[in-house]
Amino acid sequence: MAEKMATRQAYGEVLVELGAKRKDLVVMDADLSKSTMTANFGKTYPERFFNMGIAEQNMYGAAAGLAASGKVVVASTFAMFAAGRAFEIIRNSICYPKLNVKICATHAGITVGEDGASHQAVEDISLMRSIPGMTVLNPSDGTSARKAVEAAVEMDGPCYVRLGRAAVPVIYPEDMQYQIGKGILLRDGKDVTIVATGIMVNEALKAAEALKEKGVSARVIDIHTIKPIDREILIRAAKETGGIVTAEEHSVIGGLGSAVAEVLCQEAPVKMRMVGLKDTFGESGKPDQLMEKYEITWENIRQACLSLLSLLK
Amino acid sequence: MLNVDSVAQAARNMRIDIIKAISAAGSGHPGGSLSAADVIATLYFYKMKVDPKNPQMEERDRFVLSKGHAAPALYAALAEKGFFEREEMYSLRKLGSIFQGHPDMKKVPGVEMSTGSLGQGFSASVGMALAGKLDHRKSKVYVLLGDGEIQEGIVWEAAMSAAHYKLDNLVAILDNNGLQIDGRNDDVMTVEPIYEKFESFGWDVMQVDGHDIEAIAEALDQADEAQERPTIIIAHTVKGKGVSFMEDEAGWHGKAPNQEETEKALAELGGER
Repeated sequence: MAEKMATRQAYGEVLVELGAKRKDLVVMDADLSKSTMTANFGKTYPERFFNMGIAEQNMYGAAAGLAASGKVVVASTFAMFAAGRAFEIIRNSICYPKLNVKICATHAGITVGEDGASHQAVEDISLMRSIPGMTVLNPSDGTSARKAVEAAVEMDGPCYVRLGRAAVPVIYPEDMQYQIGKGILLRDGKDVTIVATGIMVNEALKAAEALKEKGVSARVIDIHTIKPIDREILIRAAKETGGIVTAEEHSVIGGLGSAVAEVLCQEAPVKMRMVGLKDTFGESGKPDQLMEKYEITWENIRQACLSLLSLLK
Repeated sequence: MLNVDSVAQAARNMRIDIIKAISAAGSGHPGGSLSAADVIATLYFYKMKVDPKNPQMEERDRFVLSKGHAAPALYAALAEKGFFEREEMYSLRKLGSIFQGHPDMKKVPGVEMSTGSLGQGFSASVGMALAGKLDHRKSKVYVLLGDGEIQEGIVWEAAMSAAHYKLDNLVAILDNNGLQIDGRNDDVMTVEPIYEKFESFGWDVMQVDGHDIEAIAEALDQADEAQERPTIIIAHTVKGKGVSFMEDEAGWHGKAPNQEETEKALAELGGER
């Protein structure tokens, strides 16, 4: 079995390394530092770590003030309380003045699991990508999560990094090429393209392998940057394979599927299928049970590909 | 050294520019701009170390207008201070102007934080004060809040955090004019007792007449003595101060004077400079 690692775990590790390199790096949390994994940074660099208590709005407002004073700020909490609760502070105090705040939001999506719907953000991609100037990253494994956090800290301006709670298989080697805004072609194919993001990339790879047995050649693309999205790789895939299936651990309203459709319906219209949450909240359960119930497994992707192919024939 | 006359003159000039700019724009917030004019004038023309020739000077004091709708008062102070030509701010609220309806730090030199959505500037000032501590700066962060503004929950999150982190380099001033858009604070949503609220949150609290420049200056000086506690100065003010028909009238919160009203207001303020 492949090695597994939660993207939040990789985040916590790389943050400590970045702290050594960047003396201007400041980290904030809202009483969840042991879950978001910022606690290690706090232990290593206590003077540059601020626990702001259970007050996410003020945390992101204060992050803006620190950034306006020349700091690079990484501020973490669960995706629900970052993108959701603090939305307007992120919009007005961070994005409008283009400040250097990196919103590293963990526990995104339904794989939060047992905590249930109140803690399962399935709208955060939609909310964050709608803000002008915001960069939105959604890494698929531990390796790309490290790269994403490094790139977020290096880039100038606001950035949202979506991270998960559950351990997921490692897809990429350590020397992977990672560039914000550049999708990654993970598997070539000519019949259909699966465009996936976050933890659904691994499901997409499994679906592609299963489709091979049916004689279907599926291309798999990792869109780790939701915004700015890699238009070129999407347009090429649409033209070359003729059909697109998107896969995300997020609502199909406003997420990856929408972002891909916004490009393709204008540049290379093709039939699409969207695998994701269908206008519904999650619930308590184990991550794999929830993925099955809410129809976001490799099997759902496989079926979506077959249904699309039957239409295209 | 405090020169009351010169600060008062600056405040008078600011009030004239506030009226002129809002009148030219045809919209804006005169009431809360006028009530804050003496406090802002005392900050910029007595207390704060800022350099219009070098707006990003590292050791400057920082001012955040958390009640961002009083933007004309801030623009007028910056113009008076020499950050830009006075006439420029008469483009207030017009398409293409750097003088947005609410302050934009990326557009106007001297503006430290983009504000407008209430309460957020207060949080930003907490972040600036944290940065000041990290960088061992001697300078201070001043933040001006409205009294209606403190109805926002984020204000109390920020207040808690400033006390927790012992931000004695943070000085808040509350423009306590008693009115908000829909009427008297007490009728809309009670904010009193403000003194006790901030005191219980761990702040040093002072009260002054917000139109008495000497008293404001004295309170700001006293805030320099703060030890491991943030300071708030509750400035008792009159909304619309300086223009008789605007004084203590909620209706002048967010309305521009017409030509006749503008002339009357300017005449009361001493007219053209």
